[in-house]
Amino acid sequence: MTITEKVIANHCGRDRVVPGESVWVDVDILMTHDVCGPPTIDIFKREFGQDAKVWDPDKLVILPDHYIFTQNHHANRNVQLLRAFAQEHDLPHYYDVGSPRYKGVCHMALAEEGFNRPGSLLIGTDSHTCTSGAFGMFSTGVGNTDAALIMGTGKIWLRVPETMRFIFEGALPPYLMAKDLILAVIGDIGCDGATYRAMEFDGESVYSLSMQERMTLTNMAIEAGGKNGIIAPDETTIEYVHARTDHGFECIYSDDDSRYHSEYRYDVSTLEPVVAKPHRPDNRASVLEVAGTRLDRAYVGSCTGGKLEDFEAAAQIIKGQEVVIDTYIVPATTEISESLRTEHIDGTSLWDIFANAGCKMGQASCAACLGGPPDTFGRMQGDEVVISTTNRNFPGRMGSKQASVFLASPLTVAASALSGLITDPREVLV
Amino acid sequence: MQSIIRGLAYVVGDAIDTDQIIPAEHLVYSLQKPDERRMYGRYAMSGVPIDQQGLPDGHIPFTDPDKYHSDYTFVIGGANFGCGSSREHAPFALTEAGAQVVIAESYARIFYRNTIDGGFVIPFESHEKINDQIRTRDELELDTQIGQLTNHRTGQEYLLKPLGDVADILNAGNVFEYARQNGLISSS
Ligand code: SF4
Repeated sequence: MTITEKVIANHCGRDRVVPGESVWVDVDILMTHDVCGPPTIDIFKREFGQDAKVWDPDKLVILPDHYIFTQNHHANRNVQLLRAFAQEHDLPHYYDVGSPRYKGVCHMALAEEGFNRPGSLLIGTDSHTCTSGAFGMFSTGVGNTDAALIMGTGKIWLRVPETMRFIFEGALPPYLMAKDLILAVIGDIGCDGATYRAMEFDGESVYSLSMQERMTLTNMAIEAGGKNGIIAPDETTIEYVHARTDHGFECIYSDDDSRYHSEYRYDVSTLEPVVAKPHRPDNRASVLEVAGTRLDRAYVGSCTGGKLEDFEAAAQIIKGQEVVIDTYIVPATTEISESLRTEHIDGTSLWDIFANAGCKMGQASCAACLGGPPDTFGRMQGDEVVISTTNRNFPGRMGSKQASVFLASPLTVAASALSGLITDPREVLV
Repeated sequence: MQSIIRGLAYVVGDAIDTDQIIPAEHLVYSLQKPDERRMYGRYAMSGVPIDQQGLPDGHIPFTDPDKYHSDYTFVIGGANFGCGSSREHAPFALTEAGAQVVIAESYARIFYRNTIDGGFVIPFESHEKINDQIRTRDELELDTQIGQLTNHRTGQEYLLKPLGDVADILNAGNVFEYARQNGLISSS
């Protein structure tokens, strides 16, 4: 069996499951946020009663992150609803806005707070819940109804997915990042190339990546339609998890005789920096093909492109220079935000590198990654052309339907911010 | 599940993502409060680029401005309908607007699951591409039991793919009713 099949089997009390069959599994962690949490709670109360109890308060994690720093009163009401629910149920894992516990973008917060543990099964009301699969666990996104059923019972039905295997070999050149690898994969197989399937990432180049970079790979499994992305655990995983939680976990690996739907191999040393052109994540082009395209904006942020290493990469290019277009810096979490002030390159903090370069500094949250209310930080309002480290560029995704979004690695985004034109990072990396 | 469904078609292209079905800025409305939930009907499909709204001609809104209810019973799409986010607000918005059925060549997984588990629109799959054969405002008739679709304008008939085991959940109404009927949750 593959790692995905084994984790599912372990959670339905079976020795073996086969792709295609539907099983009811026990959920280890249910995650929700401010957009889907309130309607999930409404359905939970409708179906289980106004006074119903959450199946296991210790397994429910609520992370407001989407529409946080806005005057929109409907958005603010959502946070109030979560707060009231957390109080009513005495939930230990609620990370309230405005409190010292506030974290920011849910998928990064799950990792930082130790909820991502090898061998476990995590469901979230957010399509990028597949991010957690970087920790050798099964994770996927669902809607409010499924989440409400879990809230009451701890259970969900899953159809066991077939697994596609992506093997990366060779040494990653300094001008490439995990974002280039996953955009290459999505460009190859298309936005629905992995629909209903697991995407297992394997190979020496994957295991040479940090946990942050691995999460960039699994985060975008959904952009190929994948049900989950998954990477077997290794020393790097175990070290990260031990540093974040005392909770036990079980490392699970695919068998040598596992059956795969298909297998793709990449020699990363031969790949090039790439972008996804408007308006689809699979609309791949090499940076060289679109180099010189005029830009209005650059954006570094989100669960896939707003991690500490993403800012380190961008800062390495921007340090000592000035950006020539509006450039937004949005750390995914408060922990990353603090690190921007404590991590230095040549004696200057990352925060100062960006601020001195004229970047606009945002607060930890999803911000303009998904548009949101008109006063959202960095949101597109017109026909801007933007290059962004986020994960989606569908029409209107970052706010305005007229805007055009190119997706790229933090290196490519930073290089482009300095020139106002799409620029290959190889031109500026020393 | 109603056995015969009749109504008008609203045709869109491939890869209609959830931001096109219901743009993110509208997700702040309550799905419960009547004066707010109707906003989902008003803004359903409003994220589709204007020249692709209601093919083949485009420029036809799914819900007329200042209305909360759509004229269209059937949404006809292409490949990968509902890709993108996990927002259940997407099938909810289509249902709130009055749509009953989506027919597409293929679906993104979470959208498909949400339509079924939540008991919203019925998601049928076509064997071949049909969004280039049906025009917006064509009168359609669907026999949900055998999956036969008839286009009254052209007389063309299409046999759609069987719903498979999810039909049990659709027939129960939603996943909660299904779970109750099967003893997975108590039926109090
Ligand atoms: S950062 Fe963007 S992709 Fe990630 S959870 Fe927030 S809105 Fe979704």
